[in-house]
Amino acid sequence: MVIDCKHVWDRISEFLDDSLSPESRELMQKHLEHCEVCSAILDSTRNILILTADERVFELPLGYSERLHARIEEEIRSYRD
Amino acid sequence: MSQSPTQHAETLVIAAILAGNTHLFHDLIRPYERTVFSMAMALLRNPQEAEDVVQETFLKALRNLHTFRAEARFSTWLVSIALNEARSRLRGRRDFESLDDDSDETRRIAPELLCDWREVPSEVLERLEIRKLLTEAVAELPMIYREVFLLREIEELSISESAQALSISVASVKVRLHRARIMLQRRLAPQLRRLAPKRRRFLW
Repeated sequence: MVIDCKHVWDRISEFLDDSLSPESRELMQKHLEHCEVCSAILDSTRNILILTADERVFELPLGYSERLHARIEEEIRSYRD
Repeated sequence: MSQSPTQHAETLVIAAILAGNTHLFHDLIRPYERTVFSMAMALLRNPQEAEDVVQETFLKALRNLHTFRAEARFSTWLVSIALNEARSRLRGRRDFESLDDDSDETRRIAPELLCDWREVPSEVLERLEIRKLLTEAVAELPMIYREVFLLREIEELSISESAQALSISVASVKVRLHRARIMLQRRLAPQLRRLAPKRRRFLW
């Protein structure tokens, strides 16, 4: 069985999550081996997900952690009183 | 289900907190401070409000720690609290974005077509304008896709944990996640490909 590009695009997310059946995965892998367009789409999606999930992307405000722990400490102390 | 070493350590710390060593709560939450803020920020798009949501989330977690059941991961429980907190703030806003927006999940979504892709290294994140490009792309995803994307990619919840946190089916999580990822690829691939290292050219 041969699958077309659109079939591959619909399964990129599941491919990345490794949640496809072994048969579907193999069909997709075969397609990717000879299709430059689908390979580039898969690689770019994977690359973009890695970049957006990087912890440097969303910067913490200055003093964020200190304020958070000070507020928690205040709460903890209130239990003792 | 058996617990991972991290989960096991957390279970012990939680038991100690409930037994009176309340100060250990500081250590319990440290690994989650950053990602909970990132999620709140991407949902609310306002650093002050995001910080309020984070404080409220951790205070609620502390106050309700006795209700936490070890069948779930602590992070999943925490993220559910943060998600509810952010949602209730969004509901209170004038410019409330409906969660039903753009819910046509049946339409096929095509990725940006490329002929080749050279890896964009994470060093590009040193540049402010690139970080801005990425945060905007995430923050502008329609809400139903943004939520699932954040749970999965930022909070690293599994598909079924994400489904649980959002009270939707596993199938819906998969569909929404796929759309979120393709939307980001469509938007970001053309902008990011310029940043890939140039191919070396040897001039003989």
